[in-house]
Amino acid sequence: MKKILFGLFAAISIGLLVWAFELAVNAPAEMMQGDAYRIIFYHVPSATVAFTFFAISMAGSIGFLILREKNPVKALAWDGWAVSGAEVGIIFCTVVLITGPLWGYRAWGIWWAWDARLTTTLLLWLIYVSYLLTRRFAAGPQMRISSAVLGIFGGIAVPIVYIANRIPGQHPGPVFGGDRASGMAPEILRPFLWNILAWMCWGILVLILRHQYELKQQAAAAIEAEQSLNA
Amino acid sequence: MIDTLLTHLAKDLRIEWRSKEAINSMLFFSLLVVVLFSIAFDPRGAFSREISGGVLCVATMFASVSALNQAWAREIRHQVLDAQRMAPTAGSQMYLAKVLANFFFVSVVQILLAPVFLVFYNLHILGDGWLLLLVLPLGTWALVGNGIFFAALSINSRNRELLLPLILFPIFTPALMAMVNATTGIFTGEFDPTIWIKLLAAYDIIYTTVSLLLFETILRAE
Repeated sequence: MKKILFGLFAAISIGLLVWAFELAVNAPAEMMQGDAYRIIFYHVPSATVAFTFFAISMAGSIGFLILREKNPVKALAWDGWAVSGAEVGIIFCTVVLITGPLWGYRAWGIWWAWDARLTTTLLLWLIYVSYLLTRRFAAGPQMRISSAVLGIFGGIAVPIVYIANRIPGQHPGPVFGGDRASGMAPEILRPFLWNILAWMCWGILVLILRHQYELKQQAAAAIEAEQSLNA
Repeated sequence: MIDTLLTHLAKDLRIEWRSKEAINSMLFFSLLVVVLFSIAFDPRGAFSREISGGVLCVATMFASVSALNQAWAREIRHQVLDAQRMAPTAGSQMYLAKVLANFFFVSVVQILLAPVFLVFYNLHILGDGWLLLLVLPLGTWALVGNGIFFAALSINSRNRELLLPLILFPIFTPALMAMVNATTGIFTGEFDPTIWIKLLAAYDIIYTTVSLLLFETILRAE
């Protein structure tokens, strides 16, 4: 039953992606930017997915630390969410960091500006890469604890950077005043929202797959440990 | 309670007094960074004022990594760290003592480096110079507080000396940003650094609190 539901969800996600692509390509060109604006259909949904998954990762880290002594099995599942959220989040964050400058060069004439959103996103990316490095480098059971603590530290840094970049002075102010979607024409807003939905579903699909893979890996490691104990 | 902290602090200070490893290596390293940057950028006049805040902060940051790596590695020899893990004292005391000791070392380096820095960068401070006495300690505390924490975190990993800067620098970035902006504001006198100092203080309070709360978890992670 679970497998059928998951298959259905996968089919719906892919269907949504096709439909959203169709809408994105056929949406009317924007008045000022022409076709260059279409990158928003990928840039903003990817950012939404990335930030959501980083939040999931932080929640996973906290859950792991809380449950680790009371319920080790459940704690491992939470740890699985922490690593899956970080990994899949980094992929989407990379898409954001690549599509952003592509658009920025057309619209602003520069590839990069050190404003609030750009800096926060870049820093998030750096922090979660260092999170994955810690998982690689650290050995044994401490690895999960160390990386969970790092995940919490990283999550705390985000609002601080965001506030820092809104302080006037050195850095230019935020490029976008308020919510971008608020200023959208309905014929652009509709494909935009469909794209967010489609990419979110796709992201969740990949996230679930990654989490299942992590659980299998944990199980395999447990079996291996037991075998080496018995040998 | 405070006894444990003082014992740890006295021990760390005594070790450093006898070996002078941390201060010497940091001092030489930061001197190198300052010299290299002044060769690379040829700082003069207004330009010098604009970049020197950043150079000072980054030099301190790079230099302190060598001391931070040593902070816990010292305790591994003769299983000292294992003994401390078994001791029935709060880990946070040990953490705080180490932070205080290393904060002192880095501050000494900064004080010794200051005249060299002023000479090489031909600095003429246009803002309120005394505010540096607030900015530098706050920034150093952010660096050392997180650094000691992450050094303990990476102590059990392979290539821990490599891992520490990799995890410390991204997390330290917000504090570095505030520190650089505040010092640049002071050097150039072009904008008011108060808000950056407040941000730095907030960063210190938040991260020191989290570190104190989570240190026990890290120390007894096995």
